[in-house]
Amino acid sequence: MNSGADLSPPVRGRGDELLALYIHWPFCVSKCPYCDFNSHVREGVDVAQWQAALLVDMAHEAALLPGRELGSIFFGGGTPSLMPPALVQSLIEQAARHWRFSDDIEITLEANPSSVESARFADLALAGVNRVSLGLQALDDDVLAFLGRAHSVTEALAALAIAQDRFARVSFDLIYARPGQSLADWERELTRALGFGTGHLSLYQLTIEPGTRFETLVRRGDLVPADDDHSADLFDLTRQITAGAGVPAYEISNHACIGEQSRHNLTYWRYGDYAGIGPGAHGRRGAMATERHRKPENFLSAIVRNGNGLSVERPLDPETQAMEALLMGLRLAEGLDLERVAARAGVPQSALIDDAAAQRLTRIGLLERDGARITVTPQGMPVLDAILADLVAIEPAATA
Amino acid sequence: MTELKHIRNFSIIAHIDHGKSTLADRLIQQTGGLTEREMSAQVLDNMDIEKERGITIKAQTVRLNYTAKDGQLYELNLMDTPGHVDFAYEVSRSLAACEGALLVVDAAQGVEAQTLANVYQSIEHDHEIVPVINKIDLPAAEPEKVRKEIEDIIGIDASEAVLASAKSGIGIADILEQIVLKIPPPKGDRDAPLEAMLVDSWYDPYLGVVILVRVVNGVIKKGQNIKFMAGGTEHLVDRVGCMRPKIETLPELAAGEIGFITAQIKDISQTRVGDTITTVKNPAAAPLPGFKEVQPVVFCGLFPVDANDFDKLRDSISKLRLNDASFSFEMESSAALGFGFRCGFLGLLHLEIIQERLTREYDLDLITTAPSVVYKIQLTHGNGELELHNPADMPDPTKIDEIQEPWIEAVIYCPDEYLGSILKLCQDRRGIQKNLTYVGGRAQVTYELPLNEVVFDFYDRLKSISRGYASFDYYQIGYREGDLVKMSIMVNAEPVDALSMIVHRGTAESRGRGMCERLKDLIPRHLFKIPIQAAIGGKVIARETIAAMRKDVTAKCYGGDISRKKKLLDKQKEGKKRMREYGSVSIPQEAFIAALRMGEE
Repeated sequence: MNSGADLSPPVRGRGDELLALYIHWPFCVSKCPYCDFNSHVREGVDVAQWQAALLVDMAHEAALLPGRELGSIFFGGGTPSLMPPALVQSLIEQAARHWRFSDDIEITLEANPSSVESARFADLALAGVNRVSLGLQALDDDVLAFLGRAHSVTEALAALAIAQDRFARVSFDLIYARPGQSLADWERELTRALGFGTGHLSLYQLTIEPGTRFETLVRRGDLVPADDDHSADLFDLTRQITAGAGVPAYEISNHACIGEQSRHNLTYWRYGDYAGIGPGAHGRRGAMATERHRKPENFLSAIVRNGNGLSVERPLDPETQAMEALLMGLRLAEGLDLERVAARAGVPQSALIDDAAAQRLTRIGLLERDGARITVTPQGMPVLDAILADLVAIEPAATA
Repeated sequence: MTELKHIRNFSIIAHIDHGKSTLADRLIQQTGGLTEREMSAQVLDNMDIEKERGITIKAQTVRLNYTAKDGQLYELNLMDTPGHVDFAYEVSRSLAACEGALLVVDAAQGVEAQTLANVYQSIEHDHEIVPVINKIDLPAAEPEKVRKEIEDIIGIDASEAVLASAKSGIGIADILEQIVLKIPPPKGDRDAPLEAMLVDSWYDPYLGVVILVRVVNGVIKKGQNIKFMAGGTEHLVDRVGCMRPKIETLPELAAGEIGFITAQIKDISQTRVGDTITTVKNPAAAPLPGFKEVQPVVFCGLFPVDANDFDKLRDSISKLRLNDASFSFEMESSAALGFGFRCGFLGLLHLEIIQERLTREYDLDLITTAPSVVYKIQLTHGNGELELHNPADMPDPTKIDEIQEPWIEAVIYCPDEYLGSILKLCQDRRGIQKNLTYVGGRAQVTYELPLNEVVFDFYDRLKSISRGYASFDYYQIGYREGDLVKMSIMVNAEPVDALSMIVHRGTAESRGRGMCERLKDLIPRHLFKIPIQAAIGGKVIARETIAAMRKDVTAKCYGGDISRKKKLLDKQKEGKKRMREYGSVSIPQEAFIAALRMGEE
């Protein structure tokens, strides 16, 4: 399978960096009203067929990314906790044949905190998973029902306890800035959540995404999202409380104790290489952007037809790479090194950002510059998209 | 050749929507000018905008052949005149070409102000008026009430008014018969030297400039060398004809007749409405009376939203001007809007029409600056007089001795329940009441008003407070001194030249406050707070603040899908292109237009 090595495109100077592998499992029991991820509800999934397909897809990427050291694997979805542990195991084992694993490889699986799924945690741990990310979403049964989640708070907390017992590292998600949620409500809920003692938390503000049920409700006036000022207050409060608890934000919505950051997600934000397999998965192989067929059936037929699930494989010009690196990197509290971004993309450093805008943003306290390193300040984070529109000098025309 | 006694020249006077165009179409159809198949609704209104708005911008004529009950064949020339006060001079020339008019009044709505203005003009030209009460088949029709209105308000005998429905074809034959019976034939001498009045002209891509003429004396024919007496240019006539409404070439047009000529003219500005056409060889002793140079009254700047469209804008404006010599333009540059044109118009409707045609026919996105009138400024120390077309060019106040502004006399006609709020509107706009009369539940009020108060948003306000029932007409009555100042708008301490305007000192503060409040809603939040101020000279008279943006971030960005994030950025950047930067504030182009449409609710 590694015979394709000679044909692989040059991966400029990145060969030494750790590679990340994303595996998408597209199936859910039901679709949540806020979710716009690539998830599908299907009766009866042919596990053997999917196992074969994902293995073929992985081999395709492996042939194009030979000799790399794998730093992380992430099973995302959909609901990957619905995957039989044996399937997870075979995928991990196959990855180990393609790539060398780094000593402290992080293998994360997204899981629903239900009793059915927590019963599999022991087997998943045996299969090699060493980190789970649980979709708790809220600590209130009414809210869980509103969010379309199948689990109750009691059930979720039981699952959380099992996860903390079985896995070295555990994270969970909460959705806040929900309709009608006050600062005091959220403070109570978040404080309770921090008490569970996980080293990582993903705290997302509810976003009304196009094409979701919530969007329909908003359009009909049946759902009123939190206004910007209140959302901003909630965002500030979140940062304050998590920092006080020793789990500060290291990204817009992600919080971790020292050393507990998601290594896999950091690869995206630091714009490293990642192979993405399975329906709808995105990947970056050096300058090459990849996308898989989103619909499960189309993905399977592409595997049969082409020996991979690719729907898009497009080289990115240096400007686009630089732009992507900026969009992703400035989400991080650590900021980014413009010199590194310029060197990796192959564009002059001066072409990256609008200096006048940078000065203006620095003056009003939204940005910090220290030599080639630029960092969006905590004040700037809640308005990052507007900052990027001002700051990024690369024009859309160049990215077409 | 038709004998004078068998010619009738007439126009149709009607308020918008009272059915003028439909009636014209019916007359053409009934006399066989067009077959049923060829009739497209409202044949005479050529332009899309004319069709949509039901208004006529260019004069049109059509020649009808009608055999009357006396057995004689008559040549009827129907002149379709522009229907709006902006084109009052053009209207007066069209009327001068006729001996009579059909007065069309809607049987449900009755007489409107615009009808009044036009019918009085027609009467001033000694026209015989044939009243037609149209739309009599509407459920709300009250023909008897309308008949009385015509008699009471206009003061003409309406006892023989034709009851008609142009839409259903009722009364058309009666109308044709009354035209022949009541409207006098034209006078004129075909053996005298040529005197033909230039009624209107337009540019045709195949024929060049087509000139609509009324021959008063003499004969015009192909091969003649003609001369424009006011314009001074000479041309060779290469085609003479009439519209039926299709073009028909004729051997000649003689005294009393209406038709068109072409004379290999490319530049429409050579053909001035009202000019007298005569022959080079045997010229008339004196031009016909009534010629006037047309002067633009309202000015505004037109700028392309996308600076790259400047050349396209210039080409489009030049093309429009080919067909409309009354519209003027010169290049202008604005600190923030870049390059564009300062354009002059006959009035607000004219402005709107040009703007709409540029947007629609030439696919241009435009920013329009505040409309302004022409001020006359006397400079101090005998430095002469200055005509100010653009508030940006206002001299320093210390150099100004006196500013004069144009005034109008406005006639407003409305159901009397709205009178109170209309009077208040006129008072607020510095109006001076001249007259107020009531006729049958309707009020007619005459005000003198400064034009600058009218170009602002007077018409919109009038429509809204009267729910569309008030009608409004005006004409200019000259210049008067005014206590006028330049009000600047500053966004984040930067003056926005496109929003500066000249206002009366007494209304400056409320105008400034309204503008600041409006802009506060129109300019999106930025990353920093933005003060908005209105100022006269260095003195701030109103201020508002736009709070800084507090939240704009994509909460979830992983799974490695960067494309959505990138699309968002592209969209934001694309959006910025449609904005104008003042200091570091991006103002959406809609804000410029909307800011000037200030409600006062």
